[in-house]
Amino acid sequence: MTVSISPLKLSVFRGEADRGEMVAYSVPVREGMVVLDAVLWAQANLAPDLAVRWNCKAAKCGSCAAEVNGFPRLLCKSPVDDYAGEISVRPMAAFPLIRDLVTDVSWNYEVNKRIPEFTPPEADQHDPEPWRMQQVDVDRVIEFRKCIECFLCQDVCHVLRNHGRTDAYFGPRFMVRMASLEMHPKDGLDRRPLLKGDAGVGFCNITKCCQEVCPEHIHITDNAIIPLKERTADAYFDPIRALTRRLGRRSAG
Amino acid sequence: MEPGPDAMDTAYETVETDVLVIGAGGAGLRGAIAAAESGCRVTVICKSLLGKAHTVMAEGGMAAALGNVAGQDSWEAHFADTMKGGKLLNNWRMAEIHAQEAPDRVLELERWGAVFDRTHSGLIHQRPFGAHTYPRLAHIGDRTGLELIRTLQDRLVHRQNVDVHMEVTVARLFASAGRIVGALAYRRADGGLLLYRARAVLLATGGAGRIYRVTSNSWECTGDGTALAYEVGAELQDCEMVQFHPTGMVWPAGVRGILVTEGVRGEGGVLRNKDGERFMERYDPERMELSSRDVVARAINSEVVAGRGTDHGGAYLDISHKSPDYIRRKLPSMYEQFLKLARVDITKGPMEVAPTIHYYMGGVRVDPETGATRVGGLFAAGEVTSGLHGANRLGGNSLTDLLVFGKRVGEAAAAHALQHGKAGAPRSPEVAEAIACLLGPLQRPEGESPYRLQAELQDLCSKYAPIIRDKPGLEEGLSRVADLAERSRTVGTGGPTGRVFNPGWHTAQDLRNMLVNAEALFRSALARKESRGAHTRSDYPNPDPSLATLNYVVSEGTEGMTVQGIGAEPIPDGLVSIINRSYEKYTPEETE
Repeated sequence: MTVSISPLKLSVFRGEADRGEMVAYSVPVREGMVVLDAVLWAQANLAPDLAVRWNCKAAKCGSCAAEVNGFPRLLCKSPVDDYAGEISVRPMAAFPLIRDLVTDVSWNYEVNKRIPEFTPPEADQHDPEPWRMQQVDVDRVIEFRKCIECFLCQDVCHVLRNHGRTDAYFGPRFMVRMASLEMHPKDGLDRRPLLKGDAGVGFCNITKCCQEVCPEHIHITDNAIIPLKERTADAYFDPIRALTRRLGRRSAG
Repeated sequence: MEPGPDAMDTAYETVETDVLVIGAGGAGLRGAIAAAESGCRVTVICKSLLGKAHTVMAEGGMAAALGNVAGQDSWEAHFADTMKGGKLLNNWRMAEIHAQEAPDRVLELERWGAVFDRTHSGLIHQRPFGAHTYPRLAHIGDRTGLELIRTLQDRLVHRQNVDVHMEVTVARLFASAGRIVGALAYRRADGGLLLYRARAVLLATGGAGRIYRVTSNSWECTGDGTALAYEVGAELQDCEMVQFHPTGMVWPAGVRGILVTEGVRGEGGVLRNKDGERFMERYDPERMELSSRDVVARAINSEVVAGRGTDHGGAYLDISHKSPDYIRRKLPSMYEQFLKLARVDITKGPMEVAPTIHYYMGGVRVDPETGATRVGGLFAAGEVTSGLHGANRLGGNSLTDLLVFGKRVGEAAAAHALQHGKAGAPRSPEVAEAIACLLGPLQRPEGESPYRLQAELQDLCSKYAPIIRDKPGLEEGLSRVADLAERSRTVGTGGPTGRVFNPGWHTAQDLRNMLVNAEALFRSALARKESRGAHTRSDYPNPDPSLATLNYVVSEGTEGMTVQGIGAEPIPDGLVSIINRSYEKYTPEETE
């Protein structure tokens, strides 16, 4: 193990919902170290009960989402040498805190239950032959299927983070989920009523923050949310009726 | 969050269910779906959040003889490859079932919404992989495990009568009169205890790769299921068979062990030593880089030992002769992984790779048809079991293992539950003893740090049960495991004794299971006095034909752990001729 001369100054949020503080740890640095390594070193050597969620340490499971120097990131995909000076790590702010860096993300799993599952049309369901799909059609949804459910997009979404409107909007993760179903070449269900209603696609005001933090580089706003908004508008917004309504208002006024 | 119970609080909630599924990777999810669709109430326990299980990391694909790319592929060819790859130590019936049912399971997954890369004619595309005669791996880029787990996860949560308990870890299984009756577990979020009463239990807890230092395995792969099954009276088998994946990252040090998919070689990647020599020519000129994993891992190891390794002690793996576009499309997560973590652009230059611990071929000994253990009502599926892969697993066979046996075993567990009226009750002294054991570390703030013991265990397994083993090393390892086991009896949490998400406490629990797995590994490796598949002994460098059909079976005796050689049922003549048949060679068309 290569230990560099100057150790890393790591400061980590420690505490529970109603009380907590940033605690500083001095961590020896080794080549290729990521922030998760530093947190785990502190845990094993200095703070045995430091709570952090992690699993694969290879950016494939999305467990170790947190905020590094204020930016929502995967700890396992944040090389220490990307940062000059002190590194501060805080839990995701949009979810209730359990302890230290661990938050209660169970709301997301409840939301997923409310999205009707993949449902092929009758004819496809009973087709005895293996399905045929073209790569170009599949390519459209592959991007959405890359999602590792780290919930960083949910963390950074203004509707959820700043306004706490978990009652009104499913959040970017589940817009991606619904896009992956709606644009699946073999799905036959229409989720537009849900999108317009409970899922609240209209709440997104296209600031693209979710897109910016996605570790899988999914174009959440451009490729999922905007097309879903368009589909919903197509179904519920009739330009002729809108025009007559406007003309009607004018003539009345 | 409510403050959790204190260190002494022995209260627990009771949860009653028909089928308790422990583990929510591919096997657990597929098993839970099968049990739910059979009409049972199902409770799924996952150690992590749903969808984070180690299956999510599977990259290359799932092996099934669909014949979409090579029309001449057949279940027979797949079966023969699996048996030969496993050096015939496989349970032949499991290998037969797997090869026959894998295509249906893959097509079923597609009907549930999974998306695969396509052939020109629109069918599921299949890529070549090590020791598979034909291109056989259905895949989506290099994220096939994620696709599998997300599809099953979504299917599961939309089934009736299914509860998922996330971040719950099982500490003990209980049996009464030879039948499983329940389990004791703790919830990570608040440290609360749960007593599950179930009519059948399906273990799907995966492998024990974290008993090694350099590993591709997730945090949670601590061999919980093997240890739980062993302690409740089930048998383990082939515990000496631990797969080193030939290609893990070696550099920088912080990422050592992270997997580099065999898909890189499947897509045409070549291995070279520091002199630029394509060394696989000397180890397997026929199959080259696409030889079986045991052969390629040993080859890289030999090159390094002979002084022909890279600066960081590995080999070069190069795919940069393919177009950047092709690489980014077929291996997107490898591209990203190397760019971000090693600052290497794999479209321009080679990767540095070396063997990393990857897979447990050994595990719980089960009935090949139903996954039943010798404890009534206790079933197992997936990596926690043994048998299908013999002495060496072929890439891609794991994901279809999960689907094929997940379904079968889920159905068998459900049938068992429906046949056996009410769930039995664990005996209260046993429950009290298990709770005392579980809370023990919290009552020993001065006890030794579980992190230190875990690190020592990882170092000793890496040192004394490496890719090439010998008797003195294995004996030393076994004696050190015994020392650690002794010290672990008084392990603490590292200091703090809170119950709310206290990873020191969790690590102390994991350690218990890891020690059982390590002891089984050393004892079995000492018993097998030959080299076969993943088990290589420098003091017994050749296979011993008389051991070809002998499995080393581990069970708990009155004096502790025992290992016994048990002869396998001979392979029927019809299947022998399928193994020995010569299969038409496949010549690939240019796919790019």
